[in-house]
Order: sequence, then C-alpha cells, then structure tokens
Amino acid sequence: MNAVELSRVNKWYGDFHVLRDVDLTVARGERIVICGPSGSGKSTLIRCINRLEEHQAGKIAVEGNEVTGDARSVEAVRRRVGMVFQQFNLFPHLTILENCTLALTQVKRMPKAQAEEIAMTYLTRVRIPDQARKFPGQLSGGQQQRVAIARALSLSPEIMLFDEPTSALDMEMVKEVLDIMVELAGDGMTMLCVTHEMGFARQVADRVIFMDAGQIVEAAPPASFFTNPQHERTRTFLGQVLH
Amino acid sequence: MTDMTQPTPVFVRTAPTPARAAPLAERRPLWRLLFGDMVSAAMTLVGLLGLAWMLPHLLSWAVINSVWTGGGDECRQAGACWAFLAEKYPQILFGIYPPAEQWRPIAVCALILGLGLWSLPPRNWTKATLGLWVGGVLGSLFLMGGGVLGLKSVPTSAWGGLPVTLLLTVWSLGLGFPLAVLLALGRRASLPVPRYLSIGIIELIRGLPLLSLLFIASILLPIMLPDGVSIDKLARALAAMVLVSAAYIAEVLRGGLQAIPKGQTEAAQALGLNWGQTTRLIVLPQAIAKVIPPLTSTIIVMVKNTSLVLVVGLFDLLSAGRAALADPDWPAPFAETYLLIALIYFTICFSISRYARWLEMRMSKGSRR
Repeated sequence: MNAVELSRVNKWYGDFHVLRDVDLTVARGERIVICGPSGSGKSTLIRCINRLEEHQAGKIAVEGNEVTGDARSVEAVRRRVGMVFQQFNLFPHLTILENCTLALTQVKRMPKAQAEEIAMTYLTRVRIPDQARKFPGQLSGGQQQRVAIARALSLSPEIMLFDEPTSALDMEMVKEVLDIMVELAGDGMTMLCVTHEMGFARQVADRVIFMDAGQIVEAAPPASFFTNPQHERTRTFLGQVLH
Repeated sequence: MTDMTQPTPVFVRTAPTPARAAPLAERRPLWRLLFGDMVSAAMTLVGLLGLAWMLPHLLSWAVINSVWTGGGDECRQAGACWAFLAEKYPQILFGIYPPAEQWRPIAVCALILGLGLWSLPPRNWTKATLGLWVGGVLGSLFLMGGGVLGLKSVPTSAWGGLPVTLLLTVWSLGLGFPLAVLLALGRRASLPVPRYLSIGIIELIRGLPLLSLLFIASILLPIMLPDGVSIDKLARALAAMVLVSAAYIAEVLRGGLQAIPKGQTEAAQALGLNWGQTTRLIVLPQAIAKVIPPLTSTIIVMVKNTSLVLVVGLFDLLSAGRAALADPDWPAPFAETYLLIALIYFTICFSISRYARWLEMRMSKGSRR
C-alpha cells in the first residue's frame, strides 16, 4: 500500500485555482522534496494531506484511508501524519516538554510520566534534552524548529510533512535543522518536504517535484532533476535558485 | 606601478575592541525637577501654597477637632466624627442584618477573602480550587440566608453591606466569565446562528445602561412572569449584573482571541487535538494572558458597579452606609462614612489591579518571543 495517494486533486481559494488536477503517489519510506515559486500551491498541497486545507475535487488517501471532512477520517489521518511548520508554531505558554507531551496526554490519553519519557527520547534525538523545562521564547529559532520536529515525532507518525522548515531561520541555524531531517530520512521515515534547500534535496530525496501554477510540472529523481531538467519552467526556476 | 593607482582598501582587525560598561543614565536631582525653570518653579510654588492653605483645614477637621469617642451630641461641632464610625461600623459593613447573627456575614466575608487569597498563585488554579469556590459561594448563600441547620432564617431583603458587595462581585464575575467565553467564541463562530445570537446579546446588553437593566430586572421581570412565580430581588439584580459583565468581558476576550496567530490552532489540529481541546488548552490561555490589562479594568468596573444595586433597594456596602447615616441621634457625618466606604472599595480595586500587574509580568516571562 502507498503512504499517500493523490488523484486529480483540485482546490480553489475563491476564484483562484490553486491546485489543478494534482496526481501524486508516495510509497512508504519515500522521501519527496517539493519545490517551486511562491504561490505555486506546494504548501497548500501538503496541507491538504492532513486536512489543514480542504480539497474540493479529487481524492486524497493516506495509508489507504480516504481524507474527507468527516471527523473520524480527519482524526485518523492526523494520527498518522506529523507536521512541521515554517513558523515553528510551538505553544508559547507551555514549556518545551509540555509542548511535546500535550498531544500524548490529551489525544492518546497516555499517563504523564510515560508521555514525558517519550518526549525526552525525541528531545534527546533532536539534541536539546537540556532545554526541556524552558519556554519556546527562550530558545533560538533553530532550537525551536528542532523542538517542533520532536513534538511531531513524539506521536510516532508514519508520514512527516515539512512546510518550508528552514525558511524562517537565520542562515547559521539552517544546518542544525537539516541535519535532523537527514537523520530522519536515514531512519526510513516517509517524508514530504516543501523546501528550497536544494542541497538537502540532492542528499536525501528519492524524487524532487517541481510545481508551478498549481500543477506538478516535473517529477524526477534528484540526479536527473538537477542535471537534466526537461521542462522549460524547471530550468528557469533552477537557474534562479542554484548558483 | 604609477601614482595613479589607488591601493585596494583592505581592513583586517588586529586587536579586538573590548566591551565597556554602558554610560550611567543622567539623573536629574529633585530640586532641578521642581525649580529647574520658571514654569516648574511657578507650578511648585502654587502647589505648595495650595497645600499650605488646605492642609491646616484638613488637619484640624480630621485630627485636631475630631471626635473619637462619645455619642451624637459630642459630634455636633466642626471636626470629623470618627466616633460615628466606631459606633456604626457593623451597620455600614453588614447593613440591617440582625446584630445577633452578625458572625454570619463576618464568616462569609472571611470565606470569600480567604478563597480569593488562596486562588492568587497560578499553581492553585486547579479543579479542586474551582470546587472550593463553588462550595464556598453556595455555602455563603446558606450561611447568609439560614433556615437550615438551626440557623435563623434571614431574608435577602435584610442582607446588606460588604458581604452583599462581595457576593454580587463574585457571582457576577464567576457566572459572567464562562458566559463571556461562550459569547466571545460564539461571536467568532462560522455558523450563523451562534454568531448572530452572540452579536445580538452583546450589542443589546452593551447598548443599555446598567441602571436601566437593573430596573428591567427588578420591575419588568416580575410583571412578565406568570402569577405565583417570583424570583428573589437579589437574584434578579444579579442576573442583570451577570449579563453585563459577560457582555463586556466577551468583547475584551474577543480582542485576545483575534491576537492568536492561526498557526497555533493549525499546530494543535495537526497534533490531533480536537476543537474543544485546542480552544481550552491552546487558544484561551493565550488569549486571556494577552488581555489581562483590559480585563482588569472591566473587572474593577464591575466591582464598583455592584454599588448601583441601591437603586433597586438592595443594601450593598454603599447603600448600607447611607442607611446608617439616617440615625437621627447623630449629625449625619457623610464625609466620614463615605471616606470609610471609599477606602474599602479602593482597597479591593487596588489589590485587584496590583495582582493583575503581577500576573501579567509572570505570564510574559514564559511567552516572550
């Protein structure tokens, strides 16, 4: 079974056709990098997968379960899919540890001690166990984003969505976040990353997808995507982002 | 190489610049503040003259010519009649509550004050504390009203003074706040029915003066109800106060809700939290923390609004004080009585204000970005 299947997915914001007949199949354990100019619909696409956005036509299935507006379907997909946002979106009124245990205790109804143990495991994995008692505002951007990754991983998702995870970071902090993501990819996690980090795409992606104007324009393994892009728009885009 | 070529400007630091202490802030001495220029000097002089003119009068009234002991006859002269307060304070504080039973309003005041103090540190904000409040407030009603456990029954028309003010405050805020949360959430709902219902209630209540609402509650409500059904006067006034505090607090909360970035709810949803959990655990705590200053103002206004119940014949602190003044044996020392009442109100409101300030500082410590 495939991790994610999208067939002829369409979405409009008002009159603006943001996703146009998007077809995409992601196998289990596959790492996908999605790139494209701003406004091309790449964030919207991955936000449709965990139903943060609603698609109006077509079909999305996660691990064989169709994603619909039905509360049970939404709950099922969110249990399987973790998400990391551009702006981290940590809860500023909760400590780092509480950020990571919240969903475990509230959604999975886990006892606090067990939840904290799990959270600490993942905080150790993202190399910030010593900050567990601090509040998000006391951490650097890179540290906050690593906490956000740990928070998503604490729920042991099968699929991870990354929505421009390094775009809001200062340059010297990008690497510490990418390193974690590379490790995660090495562990065999199914990943869909919207990012402009082409080095990361080269290093870990199984497939790079280029989107423009709500459509998938080109999808290819990084080797051929970067050395031999087929579509004119892809070439223009790569000319702009690769130096 | 000729004279025409300029050497390329290259700069490489050889020695690091050490960090130095910041310069001390310039402090203006007090005398320069008061007499620094002609305008300040003139204002200072006028102020001092005004004080010199008023202070002796005030001192002679409040201290030198004042009467501290004795009865009404000793008080028929120029000075302040503090003896009146010494004699009448039970009536000012507790209204016409039967004097023999006055331990009951005292116990109620102590109970509410104690609960208030207990609830100050956020670590005590637990379900148990909420239970204590519910128990305490209901217990207060039984204690005041009596009729059970061998306590003499005292009708609400005989309740008065500080316990009425405190109970009205606690009830109107305690019931008003949850209602305000519902109204604020309803106003932002995407479904039209709760949204327009909330907007309607908020705008209607805010558009009416509290006085007219109190009159409606105390005069119109009994007319509208079927015969034989009567609601206690205190409860009617309370209903009006609850609605008013709910409407105003709802609008304050709405401001806080609007200030929460969309990313917060999205992150909560992505983690699988449902709407109720997201609202209760993520959105509301942050929204309330953001609106502590305007919320404090609204709460203080509501505390003082309780004094308006005197227009429907209830004896809160202010009206109990006025009633005490009606004793023909005394020369009606208005100023002294109002000063005492003002002092009590100020103590309550200023404490709330200081506490809110402290809470604000504490909350901002965690969530600073």
